[in-house]
Amino acid sequence: MAIVTPQRPEALAPEQTPSAPSRFLRRPTNTGVYGLWGWMTTVDHKKIGIMYSVTAFLFFLVGGMEALLLRIQLGSPDNTFLRADTYNQVFTMHGTTMIFLVIMPLSAGLANYLLPIMIGARDVAFPRINALGYWVFLAGGLFMYSSFFLGGAPNGGWFGYVPLTRNLPGHNIDFWVFGLQILGIASLTGAINLIVTVINMRAPGMSLMRMPIFVWMSLVAQFLLLFAIPVITVALFLLGFDRLFATNFFNVAAGSDPLLWQHLFWMFGHPEVYILILPAMGIVSEILPVFSRKPLFGYQVMVFSGIAIGFMGWGVWAHHMFATGLGPVAVSAFSASTMFIAVPTGVKIFNWISTMWKGKLSFPTPMLFAIGFVTMFTIGGLSGVTHGVVPADTQQTDTYYIVAHFHYVLFGGSMFGLFGGIYYWYPKFAGRLLDERLGKIHFWLMLLGFNLTFGPFHILGLQGMPRRIYTYPSGRGWDVWNLVSTIGSFVIALSILTFIINVIKNRKPQDVGDDPWDARTLEWTIPSPPPEYNFKEIPLVTSRDELWHRKYTEDENGRSVRRVVEAPASASTDIEPAADGEHSDEHGDEHAGDHAEEHEPHIHMPSPSYWPLLTALAMPVICYGMIYKTWAVAILGGLMEFGCLFAWALEPATAPEDLPQHEEHEAVPVS
Amino acid sequence: MSTITEAPGSHAGVDPVHPPTSTGLTNEKVAMWAFLGSECLLFGALISTYLLFKGQSLPGTIRPKDVFDIPYTSVSSFVLLMSSLTMVLALAAIQRGDHRLTRIWLLTTALLGASFVAGQCYEFTVFVREGMNLRVNLFSSSFFVLTGFHGAHVTIGVLMLLSLHNLSMRGKLPSSKAETVELVGLYWHFVDVVWIVIFTLIYLIP
Ligand code: HEM
Ligand SMILES: [Cu+2]
Repeated sequence: MAIVTPQRPEALAPEQTPSAPSRFLRRPTNTGVYGLWGWMTTVDHKKIGIMYSVTAFLFFLVGGMEALLLRIQLGSPDNTFLRADTYNQVFTMHGTTMIFLVIMPLSAGLANYLLPIMIGARDVAFPRINALGYWVFLAGGLFMYSSFFLGGAPNGGWFGYVPLTRNLPGHNIDFWVFGLQILGIASLTGAINLIVTVINMRAPGMSLMRMPIFVWMSLVAQFLLLFAIPVITVALFLLGFDRLFATNFFNVAAGSDPLLWQHLFWMFGHPEVYILILPAMGIVSEILPVFSRKPLFGYQVMVFSGIAIGFMGWGVWAHHMFATGLGPVAVSAFSASTMFIAVPTGVKIFNWISTMWKGKLSFPTPMLFAIGFVTMFTIGGLSGVTHGVVPADTQQTDTYYIVAHFHYVLFGGSMFGLFGGIYYWYPKFAGRLLDERLGKIHFWLMLLGFNLTFGPFHILGLQGMPRRIYTYPSGRGWDVWNLVSTIGSFVIALSILTFIINVIKNRKPQDVGDDPWDARTLEWTIPSPPPEYNFKEIPLVTSRDELWHRKYTEDENGRSVRRVVEAPASASTDIEPAADGEHSDEHGDEHAGDHAEEHEPHIHMPSPSYWPLLTALAMPVICYGMIYKTWAVAILGGLMEFGCLFAWALEPATAPEDLPQHEEHEAVPVS
Repeated sequence: MSTITEAPGSHAGVDPVHPPTSTGLTNEKVAMWAFLGSECLLFGALISTYLLFKGQSLPGTIRPKDVFDIPYTSVSSFVLLMSSLTMVLALAAIQRGDHRLTRIWLLTTALLGASFVAGQCYEFTVFVREGMNLRVNLFSSSFFVLTGFHGAHVTIGVLMLLSLHNLSMRGKLPSSKAETVELVGLYWHFVDVVWIVIFTLIYLIP
């Protein structure tokens, strides 16, 4: 039997569901919400994934503008384009935006869209919490950006070092503290939701070691988020209390040790960098096999090195603090662990190369970005290892050499990987391919611009140019490289423009079919774009690279050859699933498949809801109230929050109107 | 899909109350465990902050031994511990289908929790009268924030317990929903265990 809501606990009879309080708050149902309203109340993981990605891309444009401002200012010595204070705001917001409002939500967007499909599920475990995550992210981002109109943006750097951030006047830092706090809630709810989805909602036969590697890497990243977010939450609470209530946590005059901030921040911060890179590593590990026409080399090793990175990522944080006088023992230990964490990272690089080795390579845009990722990330990883060498790092720390390192891993790594993913899955999301010619122009311009911009940072750093400065005098040998870098940044801007043109120009519907790349994983078995319920029948998974095995088999010589007849989705039901007792359901499905159209409308999905949006909106209200110490507003926000959560808890996941007759209903989740 | 046309129970071997998930555990339960894992680091970071700072206050300012009233706090700790017991009894009762007892134990648990919070508020006012507030020194800041955070967690737990009680009163907490009680119970025990750690590390160890 096709399982429609298998994961939800039991019934709440329709009579018991609270009736809508008013016409305005009447619950939207699955039939008949379209347009803007439909998007605002949706709980469909695909729509939410798209909203995450589009919003993150818009923030990417904003963060990119900020970067251009910074580069214009630094393009020539003694420049007066930006004042020092403006520069501080812009560079702080640039870093904060790119990390928290671009790479994290873009990864979250792709994971949201793809994870359920890749594991053969119809939705995530908690659709409304999923929507909440997006709205909270948006609310947090807009809240932080509202600071620009309310007296000035955060100006203490993305790392927010105390005691500076404790003592800076104005509300700038308050916006940073509370904004990150809001974003943390988004990440935490998102992490719990995706973890439960992957652990609990896999299709029959989708054992852990059959999961696509992108699922694995995202899962590890979500676990890192789960455990890293509370640490920065505490750090931000301490700082927030210091700023609002004059507590002493970072008050050096009261005997405090400001290194506590650095410990807490980097205990979050280092896992965070893996949160930023692991999903991109997963994307690249999906793309390379498809365009090398070979399975991923060393799947198990890839999985375990990802897990190893996840664990070891907790033991290296103090490498950000080598210059703070931790003492020789601590410094040696953290230096060793930092070297050591490069091992699983290096293993991955060799696996990617081996995947391509002797493959039948083709080079469409996604593949180019994947190769760009491998090469650029390797450079960034190598400079990372040089930071791990303490005597060298004492020279490098706080110089542009560090800035070079993290841009090679974050832009050359994460962003290249994410762009590769966008080109690769675009036909699935949109039902049409992006233009190859423009895509290639995008890639080559970005590669060129990227290296022009960030390559010189290595030299500048080794020549002693400190980071976080708003201008510099002429005559230190920095002028030329800074100019080169500024020119490079405009080349990057041009490449992004090409991407936007590509998206805008390609609006004609195309027939790309289910599987335009001849790919390997489940998302390519369903239509592009997928229907709301993803799978008409929950697939039965019999192997890793499921789709590949449905399409290809091996001849006597071990070469893969296409199966004569395209295997339909349920062709493999004769093979027992490996890891699940659910196959009894699947046999029912075989019949269901015959009349699939007939049954389609009956696949009931959770209904849209207002509460995620309203619950998220209450958060900035609380924070404005706190920042400006207008307690009435804060309390009002708190009550709003409480009311929304309560209404949410009483609302069944599926509205009675959306339930077919005598169908199982869902329980009110406690969440 | 075809679910609709089938009579309930035709899911061969599928228990409608515990529907099939890959692990056999419900989503809600896995989510609660994940959340509690996250909370461990929250309290871990707060407790570390306290331990780091408690000896660093400026000389001449208020110290833990000046204010702590161990017998008083032992009693309130005992009250909280007992509430874990009553929570277990509430769960056992709903699993047996005894709704009257369920409500009694839920309410008892909530009341014990509320007394703990009330006791904490009283303790705070005493401390404040003795000249200790959020800003006096490092000890006071980290003490109030750590125990305050814990108290907030207990308060949220009390609210959840009262909501359950209310649901049960209105007949909306059938035995088939015993898991909801179990989940609130998980949270409640977690908050209790955290208090044991706080009490030991902060009050008992000098
Ligand atoms: C091969 C693995 C890596 C090693 C050995 C490594 C090592 C280091 C070290 C030692 C530092 C501190 C340098 C200093 O401030 O003096 C550092 C900074 C940094 N790394 Fe890495 N890293 C690695 C990979 C990554 C990855 C994958 C990312 C992100 C995707 C990343 C992002 C960063 C960032 C953002 C900073 C700068 C933080 C700041 O001070 O603002 N690193 N890295
Ligand atoms: Cu690090």
